[in-house]
Amino acid sequence: MEKFTAHTGTAMPLRRSNVDTDQIIPARFVPYFSWKGHANALFADWRDDPAFVLNLPEHQGATVLVAGMDFATGSSRESAVWALQRFGFKVVIAPRFGDIFRGNSLMRGLLTVTVPAEVVDRLWRLIEADPAVEVTVDLERLQVRCADIVQPFTLDEDARRRLLTGLDAISDTLRYADEIEAYERGRRAALPTT
Amino acid sequence: MGSTLAQKTWDAHVVRHSAAGDDLLYIDLHLLHEVNTPQAFDDLRAAGRTVRRPDLTVGTEDHNTPTVAIDKVIQDPAGRRQCTLMRQNCEEFGIPLHRLGSDGQGIVHVIGPELGLVRPGMTIVCCDSHTTTLGAFGAVAFGIGTSQVEHVLATQTLAMSRPKDMAVTVTGRLAPGVTAKDLVLAIIARIGTGGAQGHIVEYRGEAVTALSMEARMTLCNMTVEAGSRAGLIAPDETTFAYLRTRPGMPQGADWDAEVAYWRTLRSDEDAVYDKEVVIDAGTVTPYVSWGNNPGQSIPLDGRVPAPEEFTDPEERVAAERALAYMDLRPGAAMRDLSVDAVFLGSCTNGRIEDLRAAAEVLKGRKVADGLHMMIVPGSAAVRRQAVEEGLDAVFAEAGADFRPAAGCSMCAALNEDRLRPGQRAASTSNRNFEGRQGKGSRTHIVSPPVAAATAVAGRLAAPADL
Repeated sequence: MEKFTAHTGTAMPLRRSNVDTDQIIPARFVPYFSWKGHANALFADWRDDPAFVLNLPEHQGATVLVAGMDFATGSSRESAVWALQRFGFKVVIAPRFGDIFRGNSLMRGLLTVTVPAEVVDRLWRLIEADPAVEVTVDLERLQVRCADIVQPFTLDEDARRRLLTGLDAISDTLRYADEIEAYERGRRAALPTT
Repeated sequence: MGSTLAQKTWDAHVVRHSAAGDDLLYIDLHLLHEVNTPQAFDDLRAAGRTVRRPDLTVGTEDHNTPTVAIDKVIQDPAGRRQCTLMRQNCEEFGIPLHRLGSDGQGIVHVIGPELGLVRPGMTIVCCDSHTTTLGAFGAVAFGIGTSQVEHVLATQTLAMSRPKDMAVTVTGRLAPGVTAKDLVLAIIARIGTGGAQGHIVEYRGEAVTALSMEARMTLCNMTVEAGSRAGLIAPDETTFAYLRTRPGMPQGADWDAEVAYWRTLRSDEDAVYDKEVVIDAGTVTPYVSWGNNPGQSIPLDGRVPAPEEFTDPEERVAAERALAYMDLRPGAAMRDLSVDAVFLGSCTNGRIEDLRAAAEVLKGRKVADGLHMMIVPGSAAVRRQAVEEGLDAVFAEAGADFRPAAGCSMCAALNEDRLRPGQRAASTSNRNFEGRQGKGSRTHIVSPPVAAATAVAGRLAAPADL
């Protein structure tokens, strides 16, 4: 995983709530999609609409996605994270995320930042008024900054540490192999095996 | 202050607490299927790692497998490729696999309990959001992504912060003809698709205790649609009776010792939940979804809502969008909606009890002209049982299409089973998302009895309407 300390870029306003992972990457792409997969799968069924925000010329090159309530609920498909990353997004900001997606994104280095709905609304208005406005997401100081907005956010401290150092989660866990072994020795004998 | 069942189970699996707050959680059972996993094996191989506990890991083929002609080579190139990779990966790493066509094959959440691998007090994960199903046995069971699959394969653990506790207490009894599916749709409609986010939901109360194991699985299955991490129900006599007949269970005194242990797995009287909801079972009637998330559900007796009825601006916009996508007119009676297809199956409602409920309605009746009713068993064992009970003959006489092979089928539309754009279906599956059952498809989530009655009537209907 790449290190993530802070990111500054232009943003894209996705004014929709309850965007499920079936919309982020429709199921028919999932079996073909690898983590190096093509970016065209992202929101594939919504991109037929020329007015869909991903198609708007003023938002091309955006690296921060600002989404509505309950972003990426539904299916556990991690390809939703990969599709967003392949398209160029480094950060998604929303009032609330699907739990599994949030876990997936932090494992893959796509930073998901939770801020109150009114801050998302202010961000949307700022970005729509000036698509060139930059948003900074500072993981060291735990702040989202844009124009006059300085919004603090919280992140699970272990996930933050892994992102800041670029530490792979498995290597991180394997440092405690002795403790895993000790736990295994104490497991109940009646537990089933496959 | 006492502890909740979820907290007790979680605490019993903590390998270590990190100073920053995460717990390293030991995983008792890791279920795999052919989609969402090949990349995990690729990365594992690339890092030179092995599978720590293949004996706590099991695979099946379900998501993009065909439900017909399984004796032939899989026609769909993606399905064929993913099953080939699944077989290679399981072979290379020594993981048992229930291949398409084998006795133990089926939807991952259906076969886990069937094979006796799911028991109270366990931690269970799978690369599928509906792993919450298995909480019906009093286990902490939840869906994970591909990176976490790799993490569990390599370490048999996951690093996570413990979710909060939520109680959903269902008082009274469900009326005859009202199912666990109706109950869970009513709950999600009430608390919303994000209502349980960050929580493990414990279902309690008389109506929950009265449910069969299969109905409990339906209830826990859709808990994820309210955003929750997991859903569970404390084990009781119903649980023990189900487990007694499963393969691999301890015998004699060992069985008694297990049951004695399982009886301790319950929330303490004085346990405190972060969030509590009480539902009166007596108010629940057959439910059906009208929109594009399971929270957009209403009683079958109801009418399509108008966007202006929603006070929350986001919900209003979502309703406008959903009505346009679903091609619905506000004020139309749900019962007036005719459908092109009915799908009975999925990890939500593809079990023998669901097939029995549908057969009871279909017996002596015919599926409406021009309507396709597809019935896909949740597992090969469910199909065998259905044939043994003569349900296949009932389905054939009614003109329903009872598929020879088990799998997710049209629920995920990853195989050849899918709706055409614009087609409307009543479906016992779990999601009515845009395009879920095929690009442009329109899904109404229903219970098995409503699905069967709808197939006969040609429009959304309850058995009592026939």
